[in-house]
Amino acid sequence: MKNPLDSIPGTIICGLILTVVLYYVVLLAR
Amino acid sequence: MDFILYGVGRWLHIASGVLWVGLLWYFNFVQVPGLKAAGADGTAPGITKHIAPRALELFRWAALSTWLLGAMILGSKLPAALLFQDKAYYPIGIGAWLGTIMFLNVWGLIWPNQKKVLNLYQYAQNPVADAEKNKARRTAFLASRINTMLSIPMLFFMVASGGLFRRAMFGG
Repeated sequence: MKNPLDSIPGTIICGLILTVVLYYVVLLAR
Repeated sequence: MDFILYGVGRWLHIASGVLWVGLLWYFNFVQVPGLKAAGADGTAPGITKHIAPRALELFRWAALSTWLLGAMILGSKLPAALLFQDKAYYPIGIGAWLGTIMFLNVWGLIWPNQKKVLNLYQYAQNPVADAEKNKARRTAFLASRINTMLSIPMLFFMVASGGLFRRAMFGG
């Protein structure tokens, strides 16, 4: 599989997914 | 004291962070694709000699000052934020950890490897072999891309961590 970080859209999508995941982690942990 | 810490300090932290992340995005969205195109028509040396080193100097010192100013704003609450000791610190704790990882990437991976790639400082008179340079370029590139990816949640948690915004985003 190609490394998503080799493309700019792939990098941004990874960042957005990580944002959503961490947001819900914080929300559920509180 | 509060004015310096929360007024001037926060303002400088954000200004510094704009410079840091602005240059990070410049590297990823402009310089990397630009250098690829410049390499194809032989104009890359102008960028690697005159632009990239200047951008990197500002970039690495902006990373350090952003981190130090962030630590100064958190002050005695820094350990509690990093160790998630209070629920109110969860959002800023995540932001601070992401910022810290990004800062370590800059000084531990991007800067040492870019020095090799661009023949800076100790490599100015003793450039490394092409194979090592290619390896350094790939490592620096991936660390830079990881930081671009991390900058997205980092900014979200930084801006969503203050007062009204934190209550709106995370409740409580």
